[in-house]
Amino acid sequence: MASVPRLCLLLSIIPTILILCADFACCNTGRKTGDGLDTDFSGFSVPLEHSFEVDDVSRFRMRGALQLRGGRETSVSLSQSQLSEEDRNTLKEVAAVDGLYKIRVPRVSLTDRQTERQMDGYLTAFVRACSLVESHLSDVITLHTDVSGYLIGVSIVTIPGACRGTEVEDEVDLEAFNTTLTIIPPTNAPQPETALFIERMDIEHEKRGKPQEQKSFFAKYWMYIVPLVLFLMMSGAQDQSGGGAANGGGR
Amino acid sequence: MKPPAKMSKPTSLFVIFFSLFIMSEAVFEDQVGKFDWRQQYVGKTLFAHFDSHSQSSNKLFLATDKNIFASFNSRTGDLLWRHVDKVGPEGTIDILVLHGQDALMVVGGGRLLRSWDTNMGGLNWEAVLDTGSFQAACFVAIQDTVKHVAVLKKAAISLHYLTNGHQKWVENLPDSDTVQYQAVYSGGEVEVYVLGVVPNSHLTIIAYSLEDGEIIKQRSVEAPWLSSVESSCVVIGQGVLMCVDPATLALYTLPIQAEEAPQFNQILLQVTPVQPRLEVSLGFQPVLVSSQPHPARSPISEFFLQLGPDHHVLLQLNADGYTIAALRDFQPAFLVSFATTGEKTVAVVMTPKNETLYVHAFLKKDDSVDYRVLVQTQDHALTFIQQPGRVVWTREEALADVVTMEMVDLPLTGTQAELEGEFGKKADGLFPMVLKRLSSQVILLQAWLAHLWKLFYEARKPHGQVKNEVTIETLSRDEFNLQKMMVMVTASGKLFGIDSKSGSILWKHYLENVQPNAVFKLIVQRTTAHFPHPPQCTLLIKDKDTGLASLHVFNPIFGRKSHIAPPALPRPILQSLLLPVIDQDYAKVLLLVDDQYKVTAFPSTKNVLQQLQEMASSIFFYLIRSDQGNLSGFRLRKDLSTERIWEVVLPTEVQKIVAVNGKRPNEHVHSQGRVMGDRSVLYKYLNPNLLAVVTESTDAHPERAFVGVFLVDGVTGRIIHEAVQRKARGPVHFVHSENWVVYEYWNTKSRRNEFSVLELFEGTELYNSTVFSSLDRPHLPQVLQQTYIFPSPITTMEATLTEKGITSRHLLVGLPSGAILSLPKMFLDPRRPEVVTEHSREENLIPYAPEMPIRTEWFINYNQTVARVKGIYTAPSGLESTCLVVAYGLDIYQTRVYPSKQFDVLKDDYDYVLISSVLFALFFATMISKRLAQVKLLNRAWR
Repeated sequence: MASVPRLCLLLSIIPTILILCADFACCNTGRKTGDGLDTDFSGFSVPLEHSFEVDDVSRFRMRGALQLRGGRETSVSLSQSQLSEEDRNTLKEVAAVDGLYKIRVPRVSLTDRQTERQMDGYLTAFVRACSLVESHLSDVITLHTDVSGYLIGVSIVTIPGACRGTEVEDEVDLEAFNTTLTIIPPTNAPQPETALFIERMDIEHEKRGKPQEQKSFFAKYWMYIVPLVLFLMMSGAQDQSGGGAANGGGR
Repeated sequence: MKPPAKMSKPTSLFVIFFSLFIMSEAVFEDQVGKFDWRQQYVGKTLFAHFDSHSQSSNKLFLATDKNIFASFNSRTGDLLWRHVDKVGPEGTIDILVLHGQDALMVVGGGRLLRSWDTNMGGLNWEAVLDTGSFQAACFVAIQDTVKHVAVLKKAAISLHYLTNGHQKWVENLPDSDTVQYQAVYSGGEVEVYVLGVVPNSHLTIIAYSLEDGEIIKQRSVEAPWLSSVESSCVVIGQGVLMCVDPATLALYTLPIQAEEAPQFNQILLQVTPVQPRLEVSLGFQPVLVSSQPHPARSPISEFFLQLGPDHHVLLQLNADGYTIAALRDFQPAFLVSFATTGEKTVAVVMTPKNETLYVHAFLKKDDSVDYRVLVQTQDHALTFIQQPGRVVWTREEALADVVTMEMVDLPLTGTQAELEGEFGKKADGLFPMVLKRLSSQVILLQAWLAHLWKLFYEARKPHGQVKNEVTIETLSRDEFNLQKMMVMVTASGKLFGIDSKSGSILWKHYLENVQPNAVFKLIVQRTTAHFPHPPQCTLLIKDKDTGLASLHVFNPIFGRKSHIAPPALPRPILQSLLLPVIDQDYAKVLLLVDDQYKVTAFPSTKNVLQQLQEMASSIFFYLIRSDQGNLSGFRLRKDLSTERIWEVVLPTEVQKIVAVNGKRPNEHVHSQGRVMGDRSVLYKYLNPNLLAVVTESTDAHPERAFVGVFLVDGVTGRIIHEAVQRKARGPVHFVHSENWVVYEYWNTKSRRNEFSVLELFEGTELYNSTVFSSLDRPHLPQVLQQTYIFPSPITTMEATLTEKGITSRHLLVGLPSGAILSLPKMFLDPRRPEVVTEHSREENLIPYAPEMPIRTEWFINYNQTVARVKGIYTAPSGLESTCLVVAYGLDIYQTRVYPSKQFDVLKDDYDYVLISSVLFALFFATMISKRLAQVKLLNRAWR
């Protein structure tokens, strides 16, 4: 019993993930077809800024530039420079006092070309500076968009995410960011699966329908009824010959 | 209790039926009302009438601001029947008038005219009126019999038959664009008078013929001082219109029936020969009160003139129709009213400041006049008083509009608490501890003696007199903590403490000066667990317009206001959060964030501030400004200022935030994961900081409308999941608990209600199994989602809650019909398989079916429907199997639910006798057989 279920677990998980991916893709196309304006997107760049200060007062500086490309396939890339000597030291100091490393991007729309793309305000996210140092500047930045292509949120996590207090000796580890950048549009929530259910019910119906034809009562139980009738007839015959006494016994 | 793994014919239907069989649970007939109760309310009274039809009748008829027409038994205050109409202006009751057995009502701003039978509460007839806003209505009588009712609208008057509601005639009012018609009067003659006014110019009187609606005469009287007939004029005596002019302080009289060019006759209040002098309080607009006891006769000639908020004078119009005489001066008197029976009229004045007064006078057997009074007070209590000033009953109608509530554990009994207190205190030396022990022993002895004395004393009394009522003094926690104190906050600003077992109101406290648009938040700062410190609740009252807030700190068991002074809050409050930090008196710390992002702590002792400074860097909170679509996170600094650390902006052009919900802090999750068919574990993503944010699209077109569900981490601002339900519209109801979110919306394409469930899993391995930190969870959880059709709209939703979270969860769904459905969460599981496999059967998963069933045995309130259910509150009890449920709306319903049945309680009909007799029999059998065996052994040894 134990070996077979394990395989099935894998099977049961994989479809769910696949479904999620499928949703992802279908949503992407679904959104773009509505716009009709997806031909002339050549991409544009917005600044990615960061701030890390010992006194925790935000002073945002340039970290790099995000190359955003709207249109049919939303893509994003990041070009960023190395951290300077001074920045590295500040980052280490901030990490020592358990300060925060914050990033921000301006609010932009990926699809709306005609109107001003940039709205006032920024989207901000943070990570503990110590975890950034301990992960040797390997971070994952995720941009979230809404249905109409506006950037609504940004998030940053480091891998690994914990602060264990390990010392980073090698200065080289803190020079360049090792950034994974993704952009996530909303997933489409599923609708009730009526069609599939009806199909399944039909199949089941067919399966069950063939062997279980409704037989008549007599057809089902003839093997009991015939001996009984025979027995009754026999006893009736006895009755005639044996007289009234056998009558009760025959019943 | 698992479905058999090896079924001969593994069809999905079998599994469904089997699982239903497991969960089906209903109330048995003998359990009705045993663990549950319902209280029905009607709201604040707008119109009230006594049934004067028959002498012995004791009925009251009320129309209320909740659009309810109800009848009460005036002896007991019990509800006889009630009719709940639509919510909002469509069901508003404009007027209720009573004649004989007919109660006439104009509903919905002059939309409908209804006649009710007062005996049974049945509808006699209903007539649709012409459009136009309602002004006034009155009965019209000819020759002492009332046959018609006249309804005055802004531009028309219509007469209806009382018997069937048919319209006799309808006439347009002349010059209705300039003249404001405000009153209609009939004194038993063949004419119906309509009074209109052109403000500060003249008064118009039109007499209509009763027969065919023809205008008999039309008069215009100069009245430059008159602005409104409604507020300053009454009809008294033989059809004399009396008006009061607040500017010149004069009374004006005018005979309505006068033939030729009538003129107002002025009576200056200062110069009247009446004693005492009629002097109006400064800035007060005088008010006239009169009475027309029977529509077939003219009003009585006595009337009240209100000269100040607490000053009334009873005056009489002399027979000449021009002069007045003072009968009596009443000061202080806030409320006045008339009542008539036969030939006698009673004038009633009332001193305490209240809202409205209704009087009923009747003749006693000895022909003397007796009366009853119904008083509607500011705190929405309805009190019924009989003649010697005896309060017969009081109804707390404020409970018709409960805003929020909490359930608080009852305190331990004195002796238990004393013992607990001994262990709870910090050790302070050997000698004091010995003393404390001795003192508690003395107290125990005392309590025991008192108990003995009580037993002795009660034994002497006759048996029937020993009362077993719940009072505030006898309140104590029961064995399984099933009885709790329900603290209810109502919209009127009145607080109630209700015993959850019986439903009796144990204390009430009226907060004056609460704005009608205030929002309330009730916070339990200290539970009953910290004897000798009393439990402490804090009510945050916030004015919705200004944002200014105040705190009311009280003891939830006794309702008394605490002597602890709450902090002054000069600035608008944006957010309040209860920290797990406790001060030296075991009260949890409440943080209030004002509009400059400054933080106020309550209580703010030195100890608390020190703790806050130490913990500052790990205290995060979020703010949501739904008008800007802005979600932002803050961190506390050591100096109690804050810094903004994250920001998410949902553009308001696309979608607007309609609701945000975190998890309940007192929720326990027993199982970290789910065991799957192959015995591996799928771990739940249990993020205590997770927020569910629900948005609705600004575009309301059915094809483009959508509902958005965002799962946001409240500490880091990370969007964990973002789902869009296309072609969907609100109102969205949702529950966020454990690792799942269930929401309900309206599908605009298929035109039906749908339920969707989201579940979050970490996967088959936990990232960090010992502790959860939002700052250290780099991987996004797996999100599974499924959607189902729900065959009914819903009004509210809540999940059951138990002590340790072992019991399976149910969703409690309030339906518009008033039923409360207990829907097993098992049906809302995104892992329900499309195709049944060995594994899914092993895991006890129900195969996917697009439609969610509603079974009548799932209705936890059987026939005790809760009208207009607005909220459901769940609280754990001391028994793991049992969850306490309170549904409130117009009514209040309390019950217990057992989502996994009562696995930890013996049944009521458990056969103790049989079990114990078998046990004893076995015991004795063992003893005897042992003895016999010994004897036998001994005998064998001798042999």
